[in-house]
Parts: sequence; C-alpha cells; structure tokens
Amino acid sequence: MPHLDARHLLCPMPVIRVSEQLRDLAAGTVLTVACTDPGALYDIPAWCRLEGHEVMESRVEPSGEIVIVIKVHA
Amino acid sequence: MDVGAAPRVQRKAVALLSGGLDSLLAARMMLDQGIHVEGINFFTGFCVEGHTHAVRKDRQRRVVRNNALHAASQLGIRLHIVDVIEEYKDIVLNPRHGYGAHLNPCLDCKGFMVGKAREWMETHGFDFIVTGEVLGQRPKSQRRDTFPVIARESGAFDRLLRPLSAQLLAPTLPEREGWVDRERLLKLSGRNRKPQIGMARAQGLDYAQPAGGCCFLTDANYARKLRDLWESRGDRRYDFDDIMLLKIGRHIRPRPHFKLIIGREEGENRFLEGYRHRFIHLFAADANGPIALLQGEAADEDLMLAAAITARFGQARHAESVRMTIVRPGADAQQRMVPPWPVDRFPREWYL
Ligand code: SF4
Repeated sequence: MPHLDARHLLCPMPVIRVSEQLRDLAAGTVLTVACTDPGALYDIPAWCRLEGHEVMESRVEPSGEIVIVIKVHA
Repeated sequence: MDVGAAPRVQRKAVALLSGGLDSLLAARMMLDQGIHVEGINFFTGFCVEGHTHAVRKDRQRRVVRNNALHAASQLGIRLHIVDVIEEYKDIVLNPRHGYGAHLNPCLDCKGFMVGKAREWMETHGFDFIVTGEVLGQRPKSQRRDTFPVIARESGAFDRLLRPLSAQLLAPTLPEREGWVDRERLLKLSGRNRKPQIGMARAQGLDYAQPAGGCCFLTDANYARKLRDLWESRGDRRYDFDDIMLLKIGRHIRPRPHFKLIIGREEGENRFLEGYRHRFIHLFAADANGPIALLQGEAADEDLMLAAAITARFGQARHAESVRMTIVRPGADAQQRMVPPWPVDRFPREWYL
C-alpha cells in the first residue's frame, strides 16, 4: 500500500505532496499519509473533497502524529 | 428551437486564489456568470499560512487551515497549490522593479504569479485568468500604470481579467468576446474595503484577514532577519530551511560569525529539534529550557557564550551555573557548566 511521509512539513506542503503523489496513482489505490502539522487534519480532507478522492480515515495518534487514509477516485 | 445553433461553449478561467477576500469575490463573480473556474495558489515559502500557529503549541487552539483551500472549499472549486519555492528565489533576489516597504518585490511577484497561471492556463486548455486585484489598493503593484506591466510581463495580455475593477479598465478578451458580461463586473478602486466586506457578508462568505499582507516579505522584522542572513553569509542566497527558520524562535546574534535560534515554547522546540542533524545545538542538561540552534562558525569560546545565552532563557536562568549539553552534528555531545547570561544585562542589540 503506498505511503507518504509528510511529517515535519508545514502547510501547504503536505497538500502539495499528496496532490503530486496521487497524480501517479491508479483509481482505487489507497494512500496512507503521515503528517505532523495539525493543519493537515483540515486541509488534506478539504482538498480531497474538492478533487473527489475519498478520505477513508483520519486520526491523530497518541504521539500527535496525524494519519490520513485516502482512496483515489475513479 | 434553433436547430442550427452551435452549443454554447462553457469558458474556463483559472483564478489566482490567495485566500484573501478579493480573490475569493473575483472567482465567485465568474462562477455567477457560468464560467468554469479552478483556483491556483502558489507557495513561495514566504506565505503567511499559519506556520507559526502550526508550530507554536500555545496557539493551537485556533483553527489551523490553508486560507486558499478554505476559499476554494466555499466556492466548491478545485484548487491547484503549486510549489514555486525554487523559481521564486530569482524574484526575491533580483526584482527588476525593486522592493516595496521591506523585502517585498510585489510588482515582480504579481507578474511572476500571473505568468505561472498563464502557463497553467495554456497547458490545461483554459481561456483566461482572473485575479482579485483592485485598482489603487496597493501602492506598488495595484496601480493604473502597473496593471499593464503585470499583463505584459506575465504574457497574459488581455486574457487577464480583474473583475473587481474591470469597468475602470479597458475591456479584456473575455469581455469583448462576450464570455463574461462586462456590465456585471465592478468598478471598485482604492483602499476602502467596505464594498468587498459587504459583498462577502451578503453572500455568507468567510475569509481570512491577514494583517499587513499576504507574505512575510512585507514584515519588517522578518525582512531584517533575512537581510542579516545575507549579510552574515556575504551572499544573497537562501534555501527553504533558512526561510522557514526565520519564522520560528528568537534570533540572537551575539557575534558577527554566528547566531542562535532559540525556541520560545514547546512547539517551537520540537520544530527546532527537527534540525539537530544540521546545526550545532545546545540545551540545558538537567533543567527545563529551550533548544538553541547555532548557525555559523563557532570556536570553543563561542560555544561557551552560546551556552550562557541559551541558559539565560531556561528555567535555571537565575542559578549560579547550569550544565549545558552542546552537540556538533556527527560528534559526541559535550557538557559544560556555564553561568547563565545575566537577565538584566542582556544586550538588546543582539536581538534580530
Ligand atoms: S505581499 Fe508578498 S506575495 Fe503578495 S504580491 Fe507582495 S511579494 Fe507577492
């Protein structure tokens, strides 16, 4: 399963990295993104909604790390 | 029914969305005229995008979000956020039209961004570009004589539409071709923002109100730190980490050949820790206190001075001496006992 490490990147770099990576992934592929900027919790799902990608899960780990699971839209 | 009439082509516009009110309204006006609109936003590295909020723990209760994305979400349009950090350096370092009040090369910057939007428009088969510029709103870049400069230098020419001031300007291609109705565009000018605020309120639009401007280059303190960086290196250059670090912590230059970046609270300390592998760094071994990164060259006596300064910002600042850990990248940590620099004798001129 593809994974994107966007930890230690600040807004809007996590969104930029997600958009770059999704461009190369086939529809239906699931991408897991790890981030540390709390803004990503709002920004990545907001961006996915506009693009039609499905956010399957977003959670904050006890360490504070944010994990967002995205399914690439058809 | 007119059987022979060709179906009306839906025209497409790419709108520069800064996240502020004007560009939000300009894009909204195009949507209202049936134009297909997609947003574009350029990340230069200097954008005021809540970085300090994202980093600083004590400010995290505020909603952290990307303003351009929030604008696009309200409009329900796609947003393309483009990383232009590398290309933008030439604009900051060599602006043809010079700087504004600080290190903001606004006119070159506008020409650059509209130029990037023009490239995007051509690549993606769009018809024109929309910005939220208002005639006379900004002294350097939003004037009657600078608007044509932006249109020309970006290569957008009359495919650049400024809906908020359009009726005060010569008709552009989208107006002449009837893609948009000029009568429904506006004739706003000057610095008064009441009309825009009224429009936003009437349409229930929520927007960011950045104090001062859209980027750190308009900020006097930030510009001073950036100039200091260039002077200390004897060379006007920067990389991405340099400009991010200028947004974080206290910057203290006790000697021409080195400066310290000292975390002001837990979030900043955590952020600075991410740079430990690149810089000499210092922290108190047995007491609470900040982490300090040392940028520049440091001999042994400089390290003692840096340790004393770092100790001054820790909890043990009034102790007689503090055990400080000093780490050079790739070397073993050393520990030194130092007296914290006296709080009441801290030279103001060391602060950048
Ligand atoms: S304030 Fe900054 S981002 Fe805005 S036009 Fe000026 S230089 Fe460009």
